[in-house]
Amino acid sequence: MSMFSIFNVSGSAISAQSQRLNVVASNLANADAVAGPDGQAYKARQVMFETVPLGSDASAGVRVSSVSESNEPLRKVHNPGHPAADADGFVTQSNVNPVEEMVNMISASRSYQNNVEVMNTAKTLLLKTLQMGQ
Amino acid sequence: MFANITNALDFQSKALVLRAERQQIIASNIANADTPGYAGRDLNFKDAMMNATGGGLNGSSSNLQGNGTTDPRHIPLASGGFDALSGRSTLAYTTQIQPSLDGNSVDMDRERANFVDNAVRYEATLRFINGESKTILSAIQGQ
Repeated sequence: MSMFSIFNVSGSAISAQSQRLNVVASNLANADAVAGPDGQAYKARQVMFETVPLGSDASAGVRVSSVSESNEPLRKVHNPGHPAADADGFVTQSNVNPVEEMVNMISASRSYQNNVEVMNTAKTLLLKTLQMGQ
Repeated sequence: MFANITNALDFQSKALVLRAERQQIIASNIANADTPGYAGRDLNFKDAMMNATGGGLNGSSSNLQGNGTTDPRHIPLASGGFDALSGRSTLAYTTQIQPSLDGNSVDMDRERANFVDNAVRYEATLRFINGESKTILSAIQGQ
């Protein structure tokens, strides 16, 4: 029964979207992190999606191919009183953009919901197919 | 004689297989809505159904053979489109209505509409099958 592979397809998408949500959560959590002893602050991360064929021609799942770090410059804030300030009085903070992360979060959550709905519909249809002829 | 009874059922079962296939394709599109460079795909249901039934869409009065010819001695037509039971298909690609920078051609609104539409039609086909099997059963029992 080919409809069973919908669960594989949507399941792979749900897992990929939840990884994306995970990355967004760690980005937001580290939005205000300052540079550690090595002088490097947290860099925003982003997942890369790629299509993965699942058996037949018709079903194409998703997976996270890599998690890459943002190349944007780290944020420098003038705060001479801060213990982590450098010689010029600047504190290096992470390059996370909270607005971008919130948009990313909403997008991931909507895609997740879409795939859950697809699975629910497939489940309903399969259950009705099981009752065929009764 | 028995073939006449099951002809309609046979037709609906082919439709059901194709509906399930299309449901799967649309689920793949929705799953890949955020994948850069993914090209959305779809199944032309009418062509696929023509292919599966050998050209006769009414399911009973066609004198066509399974491969689209009218005589077993004819050279069979090359099968483009979809071969329902072997699962081989040549799927079409959807066009971009609002092009996106990452090259993804999935239009979420259209896919969701297609998904619901296909689900309802799948269920309709199921009900036709149920109704026909009930008809056959009551004819057999004769009560």
